[in-house]
Amino acid sequence: MLCRTANELYWMARHIERAENTARLLDVTYRMSLLPYDAVEPGLAWAEPWAVPLITSGLATAFYERFPQLSAESVLRYMILDARNSSSIFCCLRAARESARAVRGAITSEMYEDLNSAWLEMRGQNYDKIQTSGVSEFLGWVKMRSHLFRGVTFGTMLRDEGYHFIRLGTHIERGDNTARILDVKYHTLLPSAAEVGGAVDYYQWGALLRSVSGFESYRKIYSDVITPRRVAELLILRQDMPRSLHSCMNFINETLAVLCDDSSTEIRRASGELHAKLRFARTDDIIRFGLHEYLMEFLDRISDLGDEISSHFLVPTFQDKA
Amino acid sequence: MHATGGAIRPQYRAFSDWLESTPPDKIARKRKEAEGAFHRLGITFAVYGEDSGTERLIPFDIVPRIIPAGEWQTLEQGLKQRVKALNLFLHDIYHGHSILKAGVIPAERVLSNSQYRPEMQGMDVPGGIYAHVAGVDVVRAGEGDYYVLEDNLRVPSGVSYMLENRKMMMRLFPELFATQAIKPVEHYPDLLLETLHAVAPASEDHPEVAVLTPGAYNSAYFEHAFLAQQMGVELVEGQDLFVQNDAVYMRTTRGAQRVHVLYRRVDDDYLDPRAFRADSTLGVPGLFAAYRAGKLTLANAIGTGVADDKSIYPYVPDMIRFYLTEEPILNNVPTWQLHRDDDLSYCLDHLADLVVKEVHGAGGYGMLVGPAASAAERDAFRARIVANPAKYIAQPTLSLSTCPTFTESGLAPRHIDLRPYVLSGRAISLVPGGLTRVALREGSLVVNSSQGGGTKDTWVMAA
Repeated sequence: MLCRTANELYWMARHIERAENTARLLDVTYRMSLLPYDAVEPGLAWAEPWAVPLITSGLATAFYERFPQLSAESVLRYMILDARNSSSIFCCLRAARESARAVRGAITSEMYEDLNSAWLEMRGQNYDKIQTSGVSEFLGWVKMRSHLFRGVTFGTMLRDEGYHFIRLGTHIERGDNTARILDVKYHTLLPSAAEVGGAVDYYQWGALLRSVSGFESYRKIYSDVITPRRVAELLILRQDMPRSLHSCMNFINETLAVLCDDSSTEIRRASGELHAKLRFARTDDIIRFGLHEYLMEFLDRISDLGDEISSHFLVPTFQDKA
Repeated sequence: MHATGGAIRPQYRAFSDWLESTPPDKIARKRKEAEGAFHRLGITFAVYGEDSGTERLIPFDIVPRIIPAGEWQTLEQGLKQRVKALNLFLHDIYHGHSILKAGVIPAERVLSNSQYRPEMQGMDVPGGIYAHVAGVDVVRAGEGDYYVLEDNLRVPSGVSYMLENRKMMMRLFPELFATQAIKPVEHYPDLLLETLHAVAPASEDHPEVAVLTPGAYNSAYFEHAFLAQQMGVELVEGQDLFVQNDAVYMRTTRGAQRVHVLYRRVDDDYLDPRAFRADSTLGVPGLFAAYRAGKLTLANAIGTGVADDKSIYPYVPDMIRFYLTEEPILNNVPTWQLHRDDDLSYCLDHLADLVVKEVHGAGGYGMLVGPAASAAERDAFRARIVANPAKYIAQPTLSLSTCPTFTESGLAPRHIDLRPYVLSGRAISLVPGGLTRVALREGSLVVNSSQGGGTKDTWVMAA
């Protein structure tokens, strides 16, 4: 497969996944913002729920350059519709569609048709329309479009290299996003682990779980109160939880096993090591090491892995390789 | 659809009956459905000169253009004959120049033509084939009488619309296909791939074919991607290729991979910055050297533009007589060459009745349709002709056939042309049909999509 094609497919998948995760984050923020927390615990970071999606995505500085005032409207405009914010849902869907268009021969026509119609609908959106039809409805639509695209991909695409690069992009982005969500919630929302237990914490952790579709799974697995330790275990170490770091690394590792040959042993090694660390880790060790530190290290490692993949498969130099 | 006198021509009877018995709201719904589907599928073309990256739909009309079996047979024979002669002509002018020596065509018309590529002189191409894909524009004027307007031998486009239009019609009106014997066109990509394999460098048992596109912002990008996908070959841009030791390679995730045949949709000038335009970023440095070394086949070959040039067009019937010793089956439109004084003065006297075209123009740009133009437009064009007569040719306006077409004021006749796609490899082949283009404005004769033309499905009947 052409490097350029692999690169476009990989980024198409990452952008769709990013749009979905942004929608998840905004949705949970929106729901939380409807609850009267200020009155319950003044001074908690949650008093500024709309800062959360900005911090999680590392966009707070860029946001304040554009908008003087933090408000539901300004954050929603920035994160959903802003054509100048390359991480907005608008830009992610546009980029995904542009990638698909650039390599439309490498995907099935159903996939292109699905993504193109998502983009055409997105292009017709504006803030007033979203407000009228409901913010949650719109964000639900984004998630559904992402599910749909993944389903169409799964159901129609030949299991060729292109498919594997799509899978790779999806799970690298998802691993990154889950780690970010977990980290910011941990730090921004929870002054200390000891305060767990009140109504506020219930909603905070509940919200975090919901944002990664983990609330119901948590109940099923633990049938008990929500504790940060278990949330960390669920979202980092449980491999049956499809958005957990371990699960993402399972996918990445399996996919690289298919894609790599003798020339790419370093990528296999890096991915294998990261995978093994998750597979054999213990929750207590992570808490002792510091959840934030642990997640930061994971983000660095997965970003390095992404760079390796990029320089080996996607944009390599061809010097006398012929 | 109607013969002179208003009777419905026989091949349209079944469709006409169906149209009358189908409720108008169903037709309206189907037309809307077609438009939605084309948008969703992204079957668009980019419009130059508007906002960059503007993608537009080519209007699709649901009334098919129907060609009876007998009429098609003649047309097919005529097209094969014409393309065969054009390929022989291209081989000749890049080798022994026998047609020039025989005085059939003035040598300077060919050798000093800007489309003539001296780099190609003496070079052999596989099978002696230059125009592997020819899009010959024909119009029907009078009963079964076809005229060739233009032989497009460079990178003719539009075949994807032929295929998508058929797919759309079958999706919207399956009942019509169930009850009528309409010849299929869907095997075009197979024929194309077969053609490309047939012209691979001789030493290759398993030639690797790729489609070379200028990229996603080219007006015909959809088609490039579509054909690559339908043939199951890579769609490459210049940046995906490199040349080493006169061999062409693709940059793949598994390393460098040889390419033997490029179905290129990039113009000659942009193919190789070392050989042609140095500022081209679309091409591949060294590509021409690989081509000359016989390690790569380009389809179409470099330098075919000289044969479809409007200044050479008047000589095509003579080419057919010269190379094939046959009489041309298809008519040429009588053409006045304005570099000749007699032709020029005739043309200037009859500007209101003529179509004047730029010799090197294409795409419906830079032309005057005399009967449709205002006096002021004609005067402006007259000045341009007088300033540089050799730049223009003139042709009579034929009484082009029309086909009923949905317009804002209901069904109305609109002028149509037809572009069949003629493939030359081991043999000359074409699928029964082509792209029918329709001039949507009342009275207009210009069918180009860049000038507000639309398209229709083309039905060649089996019997």
